[in-house]
Amino acid sequence: MSSGGGGSSEPSGVKKTSKRPKYSRFTQQELPACKPILTPSWVILTFLVAGVVFIPLGVICLFASQGVVEIVDRYDTDCVPESSRANKVAYIQSEGNKMCNRTITVTKTMKHPIYVYYQLENYYQNHRRYVKSRNDAQLRSPREENDVQTCAPEDNVAGHPIVPCGLVAWSLFNDTYQFSRNSEKLPVNKKDISWKSDRDSKFGKNVYPKNFQSGAPIGGGTLDPKKPLSEQEDLIVWMRTAALPIFRKLYGKIETDLNAGDTIMVLLENNYNTYSFNGEKKLVLSTTSWLGGRNDFLGVAYLTVGSICLFLAVTFSVLYLVKPRQLGDPSYLSWNRSPGG
Amino acid sequence: MAGSGTKRPRRRRRRIHLSKLYTLTCTQSCFKQDHSQIGGPGYSRVVFCNEPDSPDADSSNYSDNYVRTTKYTLTTFLPKSLFEQFRRVANFYFLVTGILSFTPLAPYTASSAIVPLLFVIGATMVKEAVEDWRRKKQDIEVNNRRVKVHRGDGNFDSKEWKTLSVGDIVKVEKNEFFPADLVLLSSSYEDAICYVETMNLDGETNLKVKQGLEVTSSLREDSNFKGFEAFVKCEDPNANLYSFVGTMELQGAKYPLSPQQLLLRDSKLRNTDFIFGAVIFTGHDTKVIQNSTDPTSKRSMIEKKMDKIIYLMFFMVVLMSFIGSAIFGVTTRDDLMRRWYLRPDSSSIFFDPKRAYVAAIYHFLTAAMLYSYFIPVSLYVSIEIVKVLQSIFINQDIHMYYEEADKPALARTSNLNEELGQVDTILSDKTGTLTCNSMEFIKCSVAGTAYGRGVTEVEMAMGRRKGSPLVLQSNEDDVEYSKEPFVEESTVRGFNFRDGRIMNGNWVTEPHADVIQKFFRLLAVCHTVIPEVDEDTEKISYEAESPDEAAFVIAARELGFEFYNRTQTTISVRELDLVTGKRVERLYKVLNVLEFNSTRKRMSVIVEDEDGKLLLLCKGADNVMFERLSKNGREFEEETRDHVNEYADAGLRTLILAYRELEEKDYKVFNERISEAKSSVSDRESLIEEVTEKIEKDLILLGATAVEDKLQNGVPDCIDKLAQAGIKIWVLTGDKMETAINIGFACSLLRQDMKQIIINLETPEIHSLEKTGEKDAIAKASKESVLLQIINGKAQLKYSGGDSNAFALIIDGKSLAYALDDDVKHIFLELAVGCASVICCRSSPKQKALVTRLVKSGNGKTTLAIGDGANDVGMLQEADIGVGISGVEGMQAVMSSDIAIAQFRYLERLLLVHGHWCYRRISTMVCYFFYKNITFGFTLFLYEAYTTFSATPAYNDWFLSLYNVFFSSLPVIALGVFDQDVSARYCLKFPLLYQEGVQNVLFSWRRILGWMFNGFYSAVIIFFLCKSSLEPQAFNHQGKTPGREILGGTMYTCIVWVVNLQMALAISYFTLIQHIVIWGSIIVWYLFITFYGELPAMISTGAYRVFVEALAPSLSYWVVTLFVVVSTLLPYFVYSAVQMRFFPMYHGMIQWLRYEGQCNDPEYCDMVRQRSIRPTTVGFTARLEAKRRSVRRSESI
Repeated sequence: MSSGGGGSSEPSGVKKTSKRPKYSRFTQQELPACKPILTPSWVILTFLVAGVVFIPLGVICLFASQGVVEIVDRYDTDCVPESSRANKVAYIQSEGNKMCNRTITVTKTMKHPIYVYYQLENYYQNHRRYVKSRNDAQLRSPREENDVQTCAPEDNVAGHPIVPCGLVAWSLFNDTYQFSRNSEKLPVNKKDISWKSDRDSKFGKNVYPKNFQSGAPIGGGTLDPKKPLSEQEDLIVWMRTAALPIFRKLYGKIETDLNAGDTIMVLLENNYNTYSFNGEKKLVLSTTSWLGGRNDFLGVAYLTVGSICLFLAVTFSVLYLVKPRQLGDPSYLSWNRSPGG
Repeated sequence: MAGSGTKRPRRRRRRIHLSKLYTLTCTQSCFKQDHSQIGGPGYSRVVFCNEPDSPDADSSNYSDNYVRTTKYTLTTFLPKSLFEQFRRVANFYFLVTGILSFTPLAPYTASSAIVPLLFVIGATMVKEAVEDWRRKKQDIEVNNRRVKVHRGDGNFDSKEWKTLSVGDIVKVEKNEFFPADLVLLSSSYEDAICYVETMNLDGETNLKVKQGLEVTSSLREDSNFKGFEAFVKCEDPNANLYSFVGTMELQGAKYPLSPQQLLLRDSKLRNTDFIFGAVIFTGHDTKVIQNSTDPTSKRSMIEKKMDKIIYLMFFMVVLMSFIGSAIFGVTTRDDLMRRWYLRPDSSSIFFDPKRAYVAAIYHFLTAAMLYSYFIPVSLYVSIEIVKVLQSIFINQDIHMYYEEADKPALARTSNLNEELGQVDTILSDKTGTLTCNSMEFIKCSVAGTAYGRGVTEVEMAMGRRKGSPLVLQSNEDDVEYSKEPFVEESTVRGFNFRDGRIMNGNWVTEPHADVIQKFFRLLAVCHTVIPEVDEDTEKISYEAESPDEAAFVIAARELGFEFYNRTQTTISVRELDLVTGKRVERLYKVLNVLEFNSTRKRMSVIVEDEDGKLLLLCKGADNVMFERLSKNGREFEEETRDHVNEYADAGLRTLILAYRELEEKDYKVFNERISEAKSSVSDRESLIEEVTEKIEKDLILLGATAVEDKLQNGVPDCIDKLAQAGIKIWVLTGDKMETAINIGFACSLLRQDMKQIIINLETPEIHSLEKTGEKDAIAKASKESVLLQIINGKAQLKYSGGDSNAFALIIDGKSLAYALDDDVKHIFLELAVGCASVICCRSSPKQKALVTRLVKSGNGKTTLAIGDGANDVGMLQEADIGVGISGVEGMQAVMSSDIAIAQFRYLERLLLVHGHWCYRRISTMVCYFFYKNITFGFTLFLYEAYTTFSATPAYNDWFLSLYNVFFSSLPVIALGVFDQDVSARYCLKFPLLYQEGVQNVLFSWRRILGWMFNGFYSAVIIFFLCKSSLEPQAFNHQGKTPGREILGGTMYTCIVWVVNLQMALAISYFTLIQHIVIWGSIIVWYLFITFYGELPAMISTGAYRVFVEALAPSLSYWVVTLFVVVSTLLPYFVYSAVQMRFFPMYHGMIQWLRYEGQCNDPEYCDMVRQRSIRPTTVGFTARLEAKRRSVRRSESI
């Protein structure tokens, strides 16, 4: 819409600043640029490099993984007496002695430290209700102990705040393991199994458990009310919620080498209820490599992709040789294909 | 009344009663039927002229003269712009999710959802505000222009336009715009006549004559207005430019007012020193503003398609949410006895197993919020930023800067940049767009001899191509041109004639010197031009109604027949006397002027020369002139006809000159009759017509003139390039058919071997019907005739076997009116699309707009309208893209255009380079946007599958919300602003590249879905590779196992790498900027996760020190990243390697050409171009092709 027919006012000559755009390579879009295109040599070179890098890496990863000794012992069913196996849930919820003996044979020499994990399956620590049911402020500082707003229903007991509140803490894993070799006890070091940053900053040094597991129902493990949260490493490990429904958590470290053929006796207390949701419980003893625990997936995957790359390099070389480029073949252009287009 | 001498020409001129010059024009109005309606509904306006203090004047509360074009005011800005923002579905969706994020439903914290939205909305609002501020500044400039206003006691003060109110008396001086709609009271001429240029309103360049009422014509001094009072009653404000009904009451007597007295805002006073007028309509009541509709905001095809993609994404979000909710509902229902750790017995409604279906419904909302990352929140704002920057590049392009007028290109709206790359049909105005609207006398044919060696733009363009081996040199003239390809510019404007045989007085030695003398004398005498002598330099300039007339007078002057003075009844010419060889002054008495109009197609003057001989001098179009020649006047007819055809083919406007000597008694009879006819009350016009018909006959042919309606520089070249790019060009002009056809030839849109399908209503039946005046019968017959012609045309087209090469459709405005009827228009469109060129002449602004709409909606292709005048406004607004030519004057078209350029030829660069780039950039950008958001969003969904769809986000809240803002936004913006598939040089060298846009290959559903698919599988690969590599074993040497934050961090890192490297793979143009933003984004991610992790745990929550403590020291994090990133990109790499080599798109081919250095081999290039080119139908390339074909044909015979 125009208002006044525009500015064709006679050239006034007051100031004659030219509207000529300034020339610069930037404004004229002529900046020096690298314009790579996927030429045969580049394509083949890329595949070759990828293959040549990946295959050795895959081998290294695979070696690292193979070097790790891992013993997995599933005990959830075995630790329920035959008589109770029809109703495991009732068994686990009943009072009484739930001790269970397991024997583990070491197949390969394990250098210390040997990490002891418990592995839970079909356990959704990543459920949104569960993940959110905690209060970080309360964990950090005694002044915030009344801050239990996100913790319902594990927030208060008879009007008193629970520390630590929420479902995560409440459902603390409480199976225990004691190891012995040839009736000689193998001490489990439970220090330093959590992330340092958690101990230092997330769990207060002067925050003590209060009213924990005092209301009904009781979820999982209890805590020593005399120890500050920053020293309750089992809790700290538990509170780092797992990403997936199958997860391992560090229980402790055995700081002795185990030799091949050693028989380890495990005296375990089977307290934790995974039976109601058909969750498996496993005890895992594992060493580590630079890559972490045992998992061949990465190494195999590296090898696979590396081989694919090499294969592609060969395929493309052949293709390029056999089928030279159709320069400007018009039949590929859509407008030559469509009739009348 | 006649002049009192030659000493004071200016004063004398003022006394001329110019109105008497015009035999045919009725200037005096009389009461008509319409006037009886005054006072009734629709005719209620009452104006008290010159009575500012009258109590009655106050009561009529008319709008002031302030014109506002801004979208917002200070108070409405916030609500209105917010409303605009949230009208976009995507933004509204984000608003809803933002609000919902404050409820417990939210899977993430409210602030992390709101901040990006605020950022995005804020950026858009700032942009709106800046744009509106620019409009405001323009408004201020216009509203503060000054005009002289009567302020009582005969004093006139200079006042701003905006202060004018209805009833004011204003004095407008020469070359000023009228500030409002005025009733003309008086002018510097005695009979209150004035000349008005209405180019801004209707695009017509000839001046219009307006005349005030006789009763007010004496008010020619400022002081006359002391005590002047008048009372006007008239129609209400309306948009009709050509009607006005009113009465003026002056001292008790009533006088009728007609459009003849109305001076419209935005037209310009010309050839008249000053006028006095009374303000009738102000501001938004003026006809021109009433005519201008609010610019409908245009949206590009890509944006419309983008909406569809967004709906598709919504659908996906809903689908995913639905799947999730269903599974969630089922698992939750079963929870009661199972997942005790969730305390299902004591749960809030969101997780309550007893009411699982309610929980599922709530979950649906939560999921919809979580999956909102499928829809890129920053898409709109990024596109807007990109488009603004693209527009800056367009504005800054030095190759589109017009030095002479100091005008760079100006993209007024940035919405349509990419649309520029998809134009299928260009609808072009002619005058001022293709032509410069300056006429140059370039050739003439006198007494059967052709003179003039000037070279037309077309011939130059053809000549330039001579270097090419494809061209056959068959025309002997061509050889001449190639010898002197560039002739130096003529120094006289309007005159480009060079021929030694008749210049510098050499004509006297030519064989037919007497004819030549008569020829140029006729040019010097037969016109309505007014000379103006500069009193200091004695130089004469001419003010003519049309540029052709000026060109003739100038030509006559340059060849020695100098017209220097005009009085009421005489014309004085200095000319060479054949006998004495001296320059003598000759005086011709003008007895009658029978002026030009479109039906007569000729003009004559009857003069008496100094010897008392009566001469009728006549010039006119060939078809009307040849039939009026006398038997003995046809001596040179044959040659002249040949020359005229030749000229017409070269795109020149031709006129035939002829004269006749009148007998005294014949003239007497004529004069009596004509005065009788003029005074007759009924049927005046046809009577006059009849009388003039009788005298304009038995003429003796002198010769023909050829005037070049000068094409703008480079127009044929540009049209040729555009035609090669496969763009169709239609010319819509208000000009008459002959002119339009001439220009068609001039720009190679037409050529001789083309079959012209001409549709008009010039049949005898229609004419005879018109005489009867039965409107219904005429309409019916006309429509039938048009329909028949269209069907015949289609039959011809079909008969030729669909070879559209050879057909041109030319249709005139009258027929067009019928052809655009609802039931005919589709057939018409089919015919038009089948023709290589379409020319619509004599079309009104409305018809232009209608044709544009027809093309736009009829075949669904993108249309671009280009024009310079206000008559093109409708067309510019209707078309998908309106391009205004910012000509020397007149801003109306520019103001309603989307992009303004100074010259037609810049269209080539605008479309082929910027259009192509922008199209490519935006389409790639949008595809990439959805790709990156799907990659990101789908990993969230996949993760959900492992949380029983409980809507736990896989990533930290701030990772989620900043993904679109920090880690993936700049590369895509850089892509949108800087990417080039091929450089400008190659865009222009291979115009066919443009078809990528027209065919929309870069934004086809196939490509869009391809990119989406790329996103989905990237997400799948990333998620499963990360999951399988990391879980459940220990993650580092210390035996720590990964938790949510570690898996999330690793996956996120992989995504950032993948989407940025994908970008690097997809583009083939790396400037420093690309390197900075792509690698920079990745670095920014690492910096962010480091510093964010260092913030207190309260803020960073799960991400607290996660990078420093857990990820970075762990080798597996790096090894997994490397592996996942390479594996994810591998399929795309293979795909693009295969495509680039074996199935390259057109730009790919050009890239190969460039890469292999074959572009310097012209033959090789030509081969590529030829092999992949569609046959071009118009342009001089096509013309050369056609010529070659015909030569070959004749050789074979």
